[in-house]
Amino acid sequence: MLQARIRKTFPPGKESSGFALDLDFRAAAGVTVLFGPSGAGKTLALDSIAGFIRPDEGRILLDDAILFDAPSGVHLPPQARNCGYVFQNYALFPHMTLRQNLEFAAERRPRLERHRRVNEMIERFRLGETAGRRPHEVSGGERQRCSIARALIGAPKLLLLDEPAQGLDAPLRGEFYEILRQVRADFQTPILLVTHDLDECFELGEEMLVLTAGRIVQSGAPRDILDRPATLDVAKLLGAFNLLPAEIRALDPGRNTSRVQVAGVELEGPYFPGRLKGDRVTICVRPEQLHAAPRNGRPGLNQMPAELQRAIEKPQFVRLEFSGGIVVDLPRAQYERQRDAKQWMIEFPASALRAL
Amino acid sequence: MSIDWFPLWLSLRVAFVSTALAAGAGLWVAYVLANRDFRGKEALDAAVTLPLVLPPTVLGYYLLVVAGRASPLGKLWETVFGSPLVFTWKAAVVAALLHSLPLLVKSARAGLESVDRSCERAARTLGASEWKLFWRVTLPMARRPILAATALAFARSLGEFGATLMIAGNIPGRTQTVAVAIYDAVEAGNGALARTLVLVISAVALGILTIANRIAPR
Repeated sequence: MLQARIRKTFPPGKESSGFALDLDFRAAAGVTVLFGPSGAGKTLALDSIAGFIRPDEGRILLDDAILFDAPSGVHLPPQARNCGYVFQNYALFPHMTLRQNLEFAAERRPRLERHRRVNEMIERFRLGETAGRRPHEVSGGERQRCSIARALIGAPKLLLLDEPAQGLDAPLRGEFYEILRQVRADFQTPILLVTHDLDECFELGEEMLVLTAGRIVQSGAPRDILDRPATLDVAKLLGAFNLLPAEIRALDPGRNTSRVQVAGVELEGPYFPGRLKGDRVTICVRPEQLHAAPRNGRPGLNQMPAELQRAIEKPQFVRLEFSGGIVVDLPRAQYERQRDAKQWMIEFPASALRAL
Repeated sequence: MSIDWFPLWLSLRVAFVSTALAAGAGLWVAYVLANRDFRGKEALDAAVTLPLVLPPTVLGYYLLVVAGRASPLGKLWETVFGSPLVFTWKAAVVAALLHSLPLLVKSARAGLESVDRSCERAARTLGASEWKLFWRVTLPMARRPILAATALAFARSLGEFGATLMIAGNIPGRTQTVAVAIYDAVEAGNGALARTLVLVISAVALGILTIANRIAPR
């Protein structure tokens, strides 16, 4: 289990406007994902835990070992931290074969065990045929597997991964997720993964930490965060929502409902606690939660007429862009039956509305 | 006509010894400059580069002042080794070192700094001490530029003239290096000797250049 409290400030300089990292979080067994846009401080957090960067204040505890403690001046070098680190470019030693890369890492185990560990990893990560080759002579997938195997050979207490699937094509990406799931199942090591890809959070993460501008703004299971983003910023970061300006018209805690006015139409939603009538809020709802059908008569409850402006075909669904900036995702089969309609009716299921 | 091969052997011997010393000390200085930050770092860098900028006879003069028979260093040398430093082949080594060391440090430092930082970091997370990291990862990864730099330092040592003349002198059979011998031969009108020595040295230099190009980064 990792417990980290990290504070580091970079004062504004000639070329930068300064940055402040302020984190306090835990990572237990399983995969914890640090999610955030570029520049949010994700790699900085990882580097602080690995020991490449010294925070100004705080404390980093891994199981019972103190890796860093500002008041007492403890700051273990990376060699002493027993944290495996998988770099974005894999960082395999180019002048050694894959096997030699693994042997290098195995040198921290007792001599009698080394040979056995290396062979075990080669078999487990399917490197048998290519173990005698150099990194530039093998495929991207093999390099990836080797770098993960190398990081795990020393039986680290924590595995850190820096945007490992960045820039990989779909098959390699899928392969990587599969490997990581295996690692999670076979090794008990807590895994801390850094990414700006929401899909990756969902594929792998049991716990998600949303990071912006050096601070954690929300934490929880990915599906919970998607279901209930804490703030407008988080919703924007996830990029998975319609964000519609609205005004609260009525609040009824007794019946657990509210009424909001969005783009001239009144919609019913769940009760929004902590709000007052007349408040201006942003209603957020996911494109795949909305229903849309060609217009057929007058709007009913929670229905809004809209004109279809654009239909973008995606591999798994069709994204419909309507007037008013509303986006609806429809399964392809459903869209195919109605593709020529111009006037549509969008239905907002009451339970899907959130107010930020 | 007999050719006196002594200057050639002397120059080769001087070049080997000075390059070996330059490599040993130079690698260490390059490592410090590439990896450590400290006050006076830029001053150290400047001090190491200085011999490259000063004219060789100026360097020779400074050497005489610092290591000549009357200086503290010279006296110390005499007490330890029983004979003076100046006007011996060892002085020629010192003169050659003054030029080959800065060359080697600059190239080695650039080579070390060009090594992928993430590989070095990876080695650290895998438990490698700084010593293991340097000898098993950084140096092998930087071996091409460093070997090329060593070859060039050797070539430079072979041709040292100005400072050598001042501190080692021109004693035939003892401190007359090949560069000085060529000068002497031309002055004395001994064209055949001069030509032979020049041809041999040119061949050696060309050979070194070819080797250096082969092992330099593609």
